[in-house]
Amino acid sequence: MTEIERYAAPTSLDEALGILQQGEVRILAGGTDLMPQSKAGRLALGPTLMNIRRVPELKGVALDGDAIRIGALTTITELLADPLVRQHLPVLAEACDHFASDQIRNAGTIGGNIGNASPAGDTLVPLIVLDAVVELASKPNGSVATRRMPLAEFFTGPGRTKRAANELLTAVRIPLPRAGHVARFYKFGTRPALDISAISIGIAGVVRDGALTDTRVAFGAVAPTPVRAPRTEAALEGKRLDAATIAAAANAARDEVAPIDDVRATAWYRKELIHNMTKRMLDHVAQA
Amino acid sequence: MSLKHDIEFTLNGVRQRVTVDAGLNALDMLRDVVGLTGTKYGCGEGECGACTIRVDGQSMNACLMFAVDCDGRSVVTIEGLAADPKADALREAFVEHGAVQCGFCTPGMVMQASHILDTQPHADADAIKRGIEGNLCRCTGYKKIVDAIESACCGGK
Repeated sequence: MTEIERYAAPTSLDEALGILQQGEVRILAGGTDLMPQSKAGRLALGPTLMNIRRVPELKGVALDGDAIRIGALTTITELLADPLVRQHLPVLAEACDHFASDQIRNAGTIGGNIGNASPAGDTLVPLIVLDAVVELASKPNGSVATRRMPLAEFFTGPGRTKRAANELLTAVRIPLPRAGHVARFYKFGTRPALDISAISIGIAGVVRDGALTDTRVAFGAVAPTPVRAPRTEAALEGKRLDAATIAAAANAARDEVAPIDDVRATAWYRKELIHNMTKRMLDHVAQA
Repeated sequence: MSLKHDIEFTLNGVRQRVTVDAGLNALDMLRDVVGLTGTKYGCGEGECGACTIRVDGQSMNACLMFAVDCDGRSVVTIEGLAADPKADALREAFVEHGAVQCGFCTPGMVMQASHILDTQPHADADAIKRGIEGNLCRCTGYKKIVDAIESACCGGK
């Protein structure tokens, strides 16, 4: 493992981006994933360990035009209590409520949950169905450059993302949901607290004249990354949520996912859960 | 040799300066560097809550926190709570209700309970159960623990 040769705790975004420009950096925020992963030897903390918790530009939730901008350092507890999140993004608040334990919610950040890129990350599936976009900043030649990327395209594998080595994930932006927007989240684990999900499901869309449009379906823990489910979405898009549509969508969902066997569930069980819970969630949307 | 870093923070109301390995967790710092062993090592991965401390008022798993991140912050451990008259009702409630069996989870339980009482002074039994979901008691004495915390809510009213 690479030893820590330098520890930095920058107090501005500019300073943090400057450090990222100088070489290989491990980014520390809440530490709740980094500490156990480094202890287990899965991640090196060096050569530079950079603690970003004192960078003020990464904090806060605010309305920014037609989007809600959530700073990367926002903790899960802060998200749960935030009035903008509770009013406009209740599905995200619900996922935060199912997140680990109070102690971990008090320390863990949304930027960390995204950057850790676990296929089972609790906020990722709801963020994807809310069309979240990540904001990445860097300072390649002396001035700050930012780019945005849909979260659904951000992940490349377990623990891997398209963030470049000199970039910092600064925020996640979520478009304000329109009138008629519905969103649901479901997480299956063997106990309510502190469980890594066996599967998770997010469904969102805009109900127009009884039909679901702009449909978004995403699944967690059934692939190397959280994934959109285009065939399930197509089975629902523009259709009334009657029994036949729901059955077809649930079948499409089961056929579409290719999970693995692991300690939390077998692949067969995961596929059955995806089918049955997708159906149940769509039934609830139809009855709402 | 791993990198050492100097930090300064408030520990139970007293300024504290220590030199720690940059990769050290806050639990090992408290127990091995500072010498406060009230905070317990249970699982080392945030599952059991035996190492619960409060940092800037928030309850956290000391085992998941980097010691260097304590720099400039206010940390309270079970030793600090033991000396805090505001925690009298909570401490007495744990004794009164027999909420201590082997006692290993107790420091973490009491620290988390103090966080629940501060953030939700009117918490009912359900809210208390949610609040301690990150704390394991292997004696399974949860009923008495929840009763104790509930009776300490609103200062025992």
